[in-house]
Amino acid sequence: MSEWEGIFTIWLRETKRYIRYRSRIVTSVVTPLLWLIIFGTGLGAAVRFGGMAGGYQQFIFPGIVGQTILFTSVFSGVSVIIDRQYGFLKEILVAPISRPSIVIGKALGISTASLIQGVILLLLSFIVGIQMTLICFVVSTILIVMISMGLAGLGLLIASFTDSMEGFNLILSFIVLPMFLLSGALFPITGLPSWLQFAVYLNPLTYGVDALRFTILGTSTLPLYLNIIVIFGFALLMIFVSAFVFSKKEQSLM
Amino acid sequence: MENIIETWDITKKYDDFTAVDSVNLQVPRNSVYGVLGPNGAGKTTLISMLCTILHPSSGKAQVNGYDVVKNPTEVRKSIGIVFQSRALDDILTGREHLEMHAALYGVPKELRNQRIDDILELIALGKKADEYVKTYSGGMKRRLEIGRGLIHYPKVLFLDEPTLGLDPQTRESIWNYIENLNKNEDITVLMTTHYMEEADKLCDEVAIINSGQIITSDSPRNLKRKLKADTITLTVDDPEKFVENAKNLDFIKDIFVVDSEIKLMVEMGENLVTEVVEFASKIGVQIQSVELEHPNLEDVFIKYTGSRIQGEK
Ligand SMILES: Nc1ncnc2c1ncn2[C@@H]1O[C@H](COP(=O)(O)OP(=O)(O)OP(=O)(O)O)[C@@H](O)[C@H]1O
Ligand SMILES: [Mg+2]
Repeated sequence: MSEWEGIFTIWLRETKRYIRYRSRIVTSVVTPLLWLIIFGTGLGAAVRFGGMAGGYQQFIFPGIVGQTILFTSVFSGVSVIIDRQYGFLKEILVAPISRPSIVIGKALGISTASLIQGVILLLLSFIVGIQMTLICFVVSTILIVMISMGLAGLGLLIASFTDSMEGFNLILSFIVLPMFLLSGALFPITGLPSWLQFAVYLNPLTYGVDALRFTILGTSTLPLYLNIIVIFGFALLMIFVSAFVFSKKEQSLM
Repeated sequence: MENIIETWDITKKYDDFTAVDSVNLQVPRNSVYGVLGPNGAGKTTLISMLCTILHPSSGKAQVNGYDVVKNPTEVRKSIGIVFQSRALDDILTGREHLEMHAALYGVPKELRNQRIDDILELIALGKKADEYVKTYSGGMKRRLEIGRGLIHYPKVLFLDEPTLGLDPQTRESIWNYIENLNKNEDITVLMTTHYMEEADKLCDEVAIINSGQIITSDSPRNLKRKLKADTITLTVDDPEKFVENAKNLDFIKDIFVVDSEIKLMVEMGENLVTEVVEFASKIGVQIQSVELEHPNLEDVFIKYTGSRIQGEK
């Protein structure tokens, strides 16, 4: 069998799963809208920020897109634990397909889910008064896929070290929420205390949000090329590491 | 290559508990080989090592000529497996499971649809084939898993308790399919089972495993013959008198009274029935019925493991 077909098969299953759990799609679009409309309007009205041409709501829009990708990607990656509990992972791992192909297929499936959500949000960007051009739409979708690949790899990596969904809350508190809050999704990352600045720059999602902000709003803190290098680098690293760990640990995953 | 599966002192230890203990298995190509053993005997552990899911603690094993530790990918290409525990995705349909499996195992595209249709007919899912697996009954799920294991015509098929919990008709149709597959394709089946009838009907050779060790292996026929124990079951008007006198007969190896029936354990029972009848009339006991039984696999099992296989289930 060609590995391509294996990757495609894993991707297809992941995508079907995503599309069939409709409630997941609904929540994954409603949650960001709540952030945008309620949090964005509320905080935007209470506090005046300098240097935000389109207001606070527009400022956080790319951040909320980043947040959606983050939650979807990491949690879908972690959902491998459920596959393991239901025994389905065994069926996949005992097939004659390489472990890297499994990881890549999964990550592509997860980034497809992120892409669907991202596209819906981009189409709804008019709500906060953003004028979306075709080029900006296309570049955003590419960024979304790349950011999601890295985060999916991270989720898969976490899953390969976790036995049960009991660790779910730990993952939420210690990985996902800090990544969201430290990404500059909700506030500008300039002029922060240096300890916070340090944490923000350590966070790979920061670069993703910054790149999206540049693409969608035309403003950014870091140069685009740097953001893109970090996003690509993180995606490659995470896919590579989780493929490696899946190969090494396959016995304990089955 | 005569034996398609061969193991050399294969052992699996969990900490200091030995689940599989120096097993040497030889499974001839194109046979149906059964592994019988009580709960916890190590059957699943043994199969898991053979299909690369578990690394042996020591010893080695080859499947289709490939070492299970050094060459797992080649082993995986050669095998199909139906796990004892469920391995389905609730939100896919039955047909999708088969499609996915066929793709992962590289069934040529032009053959896929035909195979899938054949299998769906065998496992008789009917309209359910296109519904989500979460709406299936336990038996349907099992049938789907068995069908899935067959779809890529593996060289070696591992079946871990394949028909546990299925109704008699389904079991029968799955047996027939396995028999046909074994006859028409170059396929070897290694199965574990709790059903003596299944082992007796399907298996060319049976290994009995207990506490991680293989105690004996042979064809069901020979195993039964080696037991040298036919049972003559009698009902008489005066059991006590009969038993009292029969104790001294030297061709009777053992004698029990079970629910007012007398069971005589003998060798070569067919030659002895007349002798028993004559003996009874000599001591003045009326015989109401006589029955001769050859041993079944269950008796073999009891002799070697000291327990009934269905025991705790
Ligand atoms: N991961 C594990 N850790 C520790 N002990 C284990 C583990 N898996 C299995 N065992 C033990 O190994 C022994 C053999 O288990 P195995 O599942 O191979 O039995 P089995 O013959 O398949 O039984 P059954 O008929 O119930 O399926 C059992 O005593 C079991 O408790
Ligand atoms: Mg078992």
